[in-house]
Amino acid sequence: MGGEDPLARLRERVKAWEETTLATALQGAPERKAEFATTSFIPIRRLYTPLDIPTFDPAKDLGEPGEYPFTRGVHPTMHRGRLWTMRMFSGFGSAEDTNRRFKYLIAHGETGLSTAFDMPTLYGYDTDDAEALGEFGTCGVAVSSLRDMEILFGGIDVGAISTSMTINSPAAVLWAMYLVMAEKRKVRWGKLRGTIQNDILKEYQAQKEWIFPPEPSMRLVVDTFEFGARKVPQWNTISISGYHIREAGATAVQELAFTLRNGIEYVRWGIERGLKVDDFAPRLSFFFNSHNDLFEEVAKYRAARRIWAREMRETFGAKRPRSWWLRFHTQTAGVSLTKQQPLNNIVRTTVQGLAAVLGGTQSLHTNSYDEAYQVPNEEAVRIALRTQQILAHESGVANTADPLGGSYFVEWLTDYMEDEAYKYFDRVDALGGVLPAIRKGFFQQEIANSAYRYQREVEKKERIIVGVNDFQTEEETEVAPLRIAKAAYNRQAARLKRIRRERSKRKWEASLAALHRAAEGTENMMPRIVDAVRAEATLGEICDTLRDVFGTWEEPLLY
Amino acid sequence: MTARRMAATGSTSKLVADLRRGDKRAAAKLISMIEDDEPEAREALRRIYRHTGKAHIVGFTGPPGAGKSSLISRLIKEFRKRGRTVGVVAVDPTSPFTGGAILGDRVRMTDASQDPRVFIRSMATRGHPGGLALATFDAVRVLEAFGSDLVMVETVGAGQSEVEIAKRAHTTVVVEMPASGDAVQILKAGILEIGDVYVVNKADLEGAGGMVSNLEQVIPERGRWRPPVLRTVASEGTGVKEVADALEGHWRHLNASDELAARERARAETELRGALAEAALRHLAAKPATERALTRAIGRVANREVDVRTAAEALLRARR
Amino acid sequence: MAKKIRVLIAKPGLDGHDRGAKVIARALRDAGMEVIYTGLRQTPEDIVAAAIEEDVDAIGLSCLSGAHMTLFPEVVRLLRKRKAADIVVAGGGIIPAEDVPKLRKAGLKGVFGPGTSLADIVGFFEANAGRSG
Repeated sequence: MGGEDPLARLRERVKAWEETTLATALQGAPERKAEFATTSFIPIRRLYTPLDIPTFDPAKDLGEPGEYPFTRGVHPTMHRGRLWTMRMFSGFGSAEDTNRRFKYLIAHGETGLSTAFDMPTLYGYDTDDAEALGEFGTCGVAVSSLRDMEILFGGIDVGAISTSMTINSPAAVLWAMYLVMAEKRKVRWGKLRGTIQNDILKEYQAQKEWIFPPEPSMRLVVDTFEFGARKVPQWNTISISGYHIREAGATAVQELAFTLRNGIEYVRWGIERGLKVDDFAPRLSFFFNSHNDLFEEVAKYRAARRIWAREMRETFGAKRPRSWWLRFHTQTAGVSLTKQQPLNNIVRTTVQGLAAVLGGTQSLHTNSYDEAYQVPNEEAVRIALRTQQILAHESGVANTADPLGGSYFVEWLTDYMEDEAYKYFDRVDALGGVLPAIRKGFFQQEIANSAYRYQREVEKKERIIVGVNDFQTEEETEVAPLRIAKAAYNRQAARLKRIRRERSKRKWEASLAALHRAAEGTENMMPRIVDAVRAEATLGEICDTLRDVFGTWEEPLLY
Repeated sequence: MTARRMAATGSTSKLVADLRRGDKRAAAKLISMIEDDEPEAREALRRIYRHTGKAHIVGFTGPPGAGKSSLISRLIKEFRKRGRTVGVVAVDPTSPFTGGAILGDRVRMTDASQDPRVFIRSMATRGHPGGLALATFDAVRVLEAFGSDLVMVETVGAGQSEVEIAKRAHTTVVVEMPASGDAVQILKAGILEIGDVYVVNKADLEGAGGMVSNLEQVIPERGRWRPPVLRTVASEGTGVKEVADALEGHWRHLNASDELAARERARAETELRGALAEAALRHLAAKPATERALTRAIGRVANREVDVRTAAEALLRARR
Repeated sequence: MAKKIRVLIAKPGLDGHDRGAKVIARALRDAGMEVIYTGLRQTPEDIVAAAIEEDVDAIGLSCLSGAHMTLFPEVVRLLRKRKAADIVVAGGGIIPAEDVPKLRKAGLKGVFGPGTSLADIVGFFEANAGRSG
């Protein structure tokens, strides 16, 4: 089309640059590597120009923050209006221990609570269950009963602060405990703000903390959507997660694709139940990883917002703008942290936290430097929190919305990741949908393949991990590990015995029988779970009742 | 056997005596010994042989993902309820490139691992073609001598595994699953001829009914046995009793008719021919002179100086 | 034919984070070994029973939830009880430096923390599968 087209002129200029200035430089010294790629194996060019985004239309592709398609952020003022919530994932030992850690973090400036549970709790077992041997409190707090929940939040105003609970298979039960705890303190459910992770699909795909098979689990999730929409309107009844998918070895594209496809699946199930999309969609939230390659992560978040907005408005026909918003919490990548030279992890977490902020996160957890080998100690977690505060108050990155918007590189990468995500959507659909794909082991195999490929690159030093396969030192940094006292376990076991002895046996039996009947039928199970909690049934007892009806899941065999 | 295992192994006769008493460690060591082709293996097999021949041997074939392992796991439980001692040999493919293998079938069978009257062994094909390992049926014999009255063999499930297992098991079970989409799968001719029991697993999926009726129409009778087509949802345990009944039914049928004798003869023939071929090759390969001649012959064949058949005959003649 | 090394890779306890265990299983297979992968949620009894039936040379245990001090030594104890102490046991996962000597004292021949290279792990099994208990 000749000289009329500005891109044509640019194309000529870039070509000339390649043939002269660049060529000369390369003759003098070649680049460090033959190929440069992101952590997700996406090849990155040495330069990005408008030629890479020829059809880029800011009005259509970006919009303004707070407006469809929300590429630049879900709120008009973003972090200028309100900083992201500083929400540090914490939990270990007994409810007493974690309650102290909660108060420590609040005193040091965290603005939201986030609860980590121990293995037995995550799998729906009481502390004194045989399955739980050796696992009490080692990776999170043990909550087996309403009493534990009351102690966990003792002295904390649950009406004022928002609480996130990272719990999946038994999420409905822990949520019920939180609700009854609040009820006993005369805090209206309408006032409660918080999140339950409650994302069972990614358990089958990545984290593997499942109990029941997919269909009854999905039914339970939709029960919480329905219950929440009616009774706890400010609560996010799900945090659709990519974090764990990424930690299990997925690439950024896979994290993006699988998370959003799961989100679409949840919406479908909600609609199938008969719920109006605008009644529950505004309370769907997301949870992403923030890994090492800063620009890739920023592009990922932006693509996520755009994809979700489009699917909600165009595919599901949601009318309320709130239904189109992708609101997300971010956690910096645990898997990227090293045991070797652990203080280096403070730097990694900073870069990753920065990516999340630049990407427009609503809430952020930054990992502590001792993450690679234990639950964080106080000093480590304080530094992690300070990292966020420094980003917020000293770095200037919170002063404007979507500061990387308009960068040729970032806009190209955002588009690229969006396209790749849609290719995955097609593949999942070709397999018959999310549940059939899970049964065929599709996600699990993709993730395992990416994990293996990544590790092979590390082995061959094509991918450097500072302190691990390069820049190693001999010395070992001494870090004081966190120990769970046996006394705490004994106290917990004794508490459970007392609860079982002192509650009304009649009420307890009736409540579990009613839950069993509800599970066998089709009614919403949440009210029955709440009743069982009121009757002081323990987590293990409630889950066993459901296990009896639903059975347990066996994952497909593949490596 | 690796040096470690050798050191821990006692004398062969003691191992066999322990095996007969139901000692799992002895059974495991004997299988390793045979698999690794140790010198003592032949003596072990000789001592074991007369304690074999009474167990019902059931082979399982069918495509990967159909749920063979899940079904076997449920059958273990069911047959234990019926008072049987059960052995399982689960075969997985060896990587042709690395020589290694991941053996994961027993993941499904964890519940049984502590039952003294269940023995599960995973084997890799180690380059043997078809769906079985060379030592599979020797392992089956070890499990018979261990006391199993039922031994289930799970093949790799791909390629020609159905043919091989059919020649060597008493009862062959073909496990399929409903095909995705509307079209009902057209099954390989081989599959239709060799199964004694057909199972459509994951029968809760779409297409199960169509597959069952399709199979019922095309499967021929085998002798006087009409292979049943059964439905299961192994992950839930549905339909498993019926499969166990069918297996017992087939065993009764074989015993009541002259078919068992005929099958035993066919099995013996297959095994003997296989052992002969294997022994012949081993003898041939044993002499260094043969190795050199072989290397020369390979070169000549590759250069098109001589065709393969002629070269093979020449090598054999030279040996004599 | 070179003797095949047989290794059992297991995740004892409730921890479901199997990225590492699976990557190692594949690496061992690529190194020519036969890997019996027993999957998630195994009790020490399950693991030992399987190891004996499979006559493995070694067991690799993975635990990221902090329960290793209970679970790993229990596997060693059960092996000894069942007269299978010649099976070499190694463990990995989230293990504080302080616990490493304790695990060795409890009978683990190898303890592999985060960042250990696959080459080192493969090398360990190659070296130790040949020796007797």
